Amino acid sequence: MRSRTTILFIVLSLVLCGLFIFDVTIGEDGVDITFDDVVASFSDGDVEDYKVTIVIDIRLVKAIMALLAGIALALSGLQMQTLFRNPMAGPYTLGISSGASLGVALFILGAPLGQMLSSELSTLGIAGAAWIGALATLFLVGAISQRIKDIMVVLIIGIMISSAVGAVVQILQFMSQEEALKNFVVWTMGSLGGVTWDKLYIIAPMIIVGLVMAVAVIKPMNMLLLGEGYARTMGLNVARTRLLILLSTTLLAGTVTAFCGPIGFIGMAMPHLSRAIFANADHRTLLPASALMGAIALLVCDILSKMYTLPINALTALLGIPIIIWVIVKKRNIV
Amino acid sequence: MIRLDNIRLSYGDRTLVHSATGEIRSGELTALVGRNGSGKSTLLRTLASLQPIIEGRILLGERDITTLSPADMARTLAFVTTEKVRISNLSCRDVVALGRAPYTNWIGRLQEQDEQQVMHALAAVGMSDYATKSMDHMSDGECQRIMIARALAQATPIILLDEPTAFLDMPNRYELCSLLRRLAHEEHKCILFSTHELDIALELCDSVALISPPSLHILPTEQMIRSGEIEKLFSSDIISFDATSRSVKIKG
Repeated sequence: MRSRTTILFIVLSLVLCGLFIFDVTIGEDGVDITFDDVVASFSDGDVEDYKVTIVIDIRLVKAIMALLAGIALALSGLQMQTLFRNPMAGPYTLGISSGASLGVALFILGAPLGQMLSSELSTLGIAGAAWIGALATLFLVGAISQRIKDIMVVLIIGIMISSAVGAVVQILQFMSQEEALKNFVVWTMGSLGGVTWDKLYIIAPMIIVGLVMAVAVIKPMNMLLLGEGYARTMGLNVARTRLLILLSTTLLAGTVTAFCGPIGFIGMAMPHLSRAIFANADHRTLLPASALMGAIALLVCDILSKMYTLPINALTALLGIPIIIWVIVKKRNIV
Repeated sequence: MIRLDNIRLSYGDRTLVHSATGEIRSGELTALVGRNGSGKSTLLRTLASLQPIIEGRILLGERDITTLSPADMARTLAFVTTEKVRISNLSCRDVVALGRAPYTNWIGRLQEQDEQQVMHALAAVGMSDYATKSMDHMSDGECQRIMIARALAQATPIILLDEPTAFLDMPNRYELCSLLRRLAHEEHKCILFSTHELDIALELCDSVALISPPSLHILPTEQMIRSGEIEKLFSSDIISFDATSRSVKIKG
């Protein structure tokens, strides 16, 4: 079993590297850039400046963003599934992404101050609003799932939260100024493409902090597999673990949502795919596996979206939903 | 050893037991019996520090429970709860290894000594052959044994079990309780388990702790049978406890 896990990690890492390189070599910009041009862009070779700009400032940034977003969404989904003991948990299904959207909507549409800020400050403001929105939703879902153990009920409540947030956002849109409305609509469509190096300097550290926190709760999450009672009698500080997981999840899912808009289903589906592929629920394997699978999934979606000029959200849904249905069918008689 | 000193148990606003005092000894298997809702789980959860002490004092070994840190507590007492654990994709060995959590590093790496403890625990419950299997397709009895192995791996002098026989059939109940008895005697552990199986409790346990609201009696089994407390608690209009045959009979 050990060697199987090692081989899988090596294979998936190679697939990830391959996809990453492939993602950088293709573009939707309609500019004819050969593989040699890409290599030259990285090695100060003989290539036109505008091509270097496209490769480094657009394609590379986008590929890095896809990588980070995939890792972040999968890890936030994994942590939520373990914490809430709910296979249906994920940033999108539990309404966390919606909560982040509401935060952003309130910031862009509700606060006229937003338009007066410089672009750096408004970027930070959007991120902050998304974090607050995500955290508020997480606490709400957390409080509900403390009282109601039925995972389907929690899931339905998540859907209700999403719908309610959608309604509030619509009202805000209806009442807001044209300029603010335009900003918000641009944000909701903002895919991986809206990211620049400047934004990446904010995004990457946030995701890395969230990642470190996730790694720190590997052992607590394994203990939580047995349930809260068992975890406590084995000496786990459950309150502190829960707080760490909620903060990590907020940083990971909130940051991605703030800068890329709501990306659905990757966060929920990839941990399940990892469990199935690695046949192991131990978080020491599952956490890196989910991170790898999340990054691979989002790179694949990004590549497909470039090749066929499709919106990335539609692709993540088409990829994730069959996995979610499979999980529901498989788990039906267990929970 | 567990020593209770004027412990009060209550559920919500309702007081179940007033000032319980007594001792649950090491190297003995003690059954905790009582009617539904009499406070068996509450007592076990209080002993495990899963809920606060309302009144009185609990000593585990020589130490007051309130002075024990969660880490010390985890090395002193292991608890098998009523929670049904079925983790897919996790081998029995890994489940039992979670019991080593109080001793392992931040990421839970097992040292050689931990590995030995895990294999010893699996062997003690007769589940060595299941080490690499996952719990998905195991019977309730087998799962219960794995959870007991996990508690053993925690290497604590005290083990509490909340209704470990609840979902088991008759042979499994007897086997499980004999196993607990053997562990208490051979490994000199203090084992306390709650149960509704009065016949098993009287047959296999060294002592019986009986909650007869509002008091708790802890006596060696023979003395408990002679004390008349069991008749008082379990007799009703249709059944009565017969001390000579040690069983419940239907009247008439």
